[in-house]
Amino acid sequence: MHEMGIALRIVEIATASLPVDLGAARVTKVNLKVGKLAAVVPESLRFCFDVAVKDSPLEDAILAIEEVPVVAKCKDCHAQWTIDEPVFVCQTCHSGSLEILSGRELDIESIEIVEEEKNDSG
Amino acid sequence: MIPGDTFNNQRCYHHKDFHQSHHSHSNSAIDGVSIEKSGTREIKVVRRVLDVNDKMAEQNRRLFAEKGIFVLNVMSSPGSGKTTTLEKTLAQILPEIKSAVIVGDICTTHDADRLASTGVPVVQINTDEFGGDCHLVAHVIEKAASTLELDDIEFLVVENVGNLVCPAEFDIGEDSRVVVLSVTEGEDKPVKYPLMFRECEVALLNKIDLLPYLDFDREKAIAYIHQVHPKMPVFEISSKTGEGFAPWIDWLKGKIKAKKK
Repeated sequence: MHEMGIALRIVEIATASLPVDLGAARVTKVNLKVGKLAAVVPESLRFCFDVAVKDSPLEDAILAIEEVPVVAKCKDCHAQWTIDEPVFVCQTCHSGSLEILSGRELDIESIEIVEEEKNDSG
Repeated sequence: MIPGDTFNNQRCYHHKDFHQSHHSHSNSAIDGVSIEKSGTREIKVVRRVLDVNDKMAEQNRRLFAEKGIFVLNVMSSPGSGKTTTLEKTLAQILPEIKSAVIVGDICTTHDADRLASTGVPVVQINTDEFGGDCHLVAHVIEKAASTLELDDIEFLVVENVGNLVCPAEFDIGEDSRVVVLSVTEGEDKPVKYPLMFRECEVALLNKIDLLPYLDFDREKAIAYIHQVHPKMPVFEISSKTGEGFAPWIDWLKGKIKAKKK
């Protein structure tokens, strides 16, 4: 529901991450990790991203979303497994004392950039 | 229970720590084009999108700790009875516990007006000023808290925007989170909105005075809550009749006392 705010923040972070010594550069791709337990809908985020990039160095950039599964570890028996339904109970010992190892991500991993062509290149 | 304790915010970022991607390698190998001048490069960013909010939340948390204020973030779907529950709760802890309220709504001051009648300082946040947000964020809390006399407060309750999705994602610098689920909603809300029920420390099952008139299965609802959050304390209350409030008030007073300087 708050995907537009997230899309705008992605544009902000990506723009700020452009190396200052590179001159005019364009971002062609943003690699984003989104945990399955983050309150973000990838389709909705992509839609907002396409709007948010207008008139920025990210115009026409691709938003590559890697969905991260929810992985839990039992604090009692140390079993580790992927949670694919909302059951946060250890499948081995039925303990409810879990550590969530992944699934809450909303992280920009990297951006891919291309330097704008210059007339005197070569 | 607060996000950030375990698996968030542990990352560092390196603005300029960039390296060439394989695209650049092939370009430069074939036509000798300097990779400084053209080709695609990958720049490592490794940054949480919500890092600005997380930092602000930590700042809020430090301020509230310094003042010995227990901050409670109350969340639920619209119409579950958050405001009535808070009115009843405040009536039971005032004047013993010096309290204040921050209320978030997309529009109107209706909730703030109701809570102000209890006599506590109330700050209304209308999120339409911030883009009609469906949740409260840390910098908005900081702004609202700056209008309160924090030295005179032991308990600050934040009534979040009615929404079971987004508020769970945003740390505002609170000590504890409470979710209100009413018996007029489906029993399966906890499994439909697992993040909310995982992130909260306790659940209030509200409107139990209506149970005789509904098909709501309270045991099933509590089982669903414990499926997503094993051993989560559930207080069954009626904010209309006041039934079941005693254990909830005891829990709350214990938390406030523990935080007090």
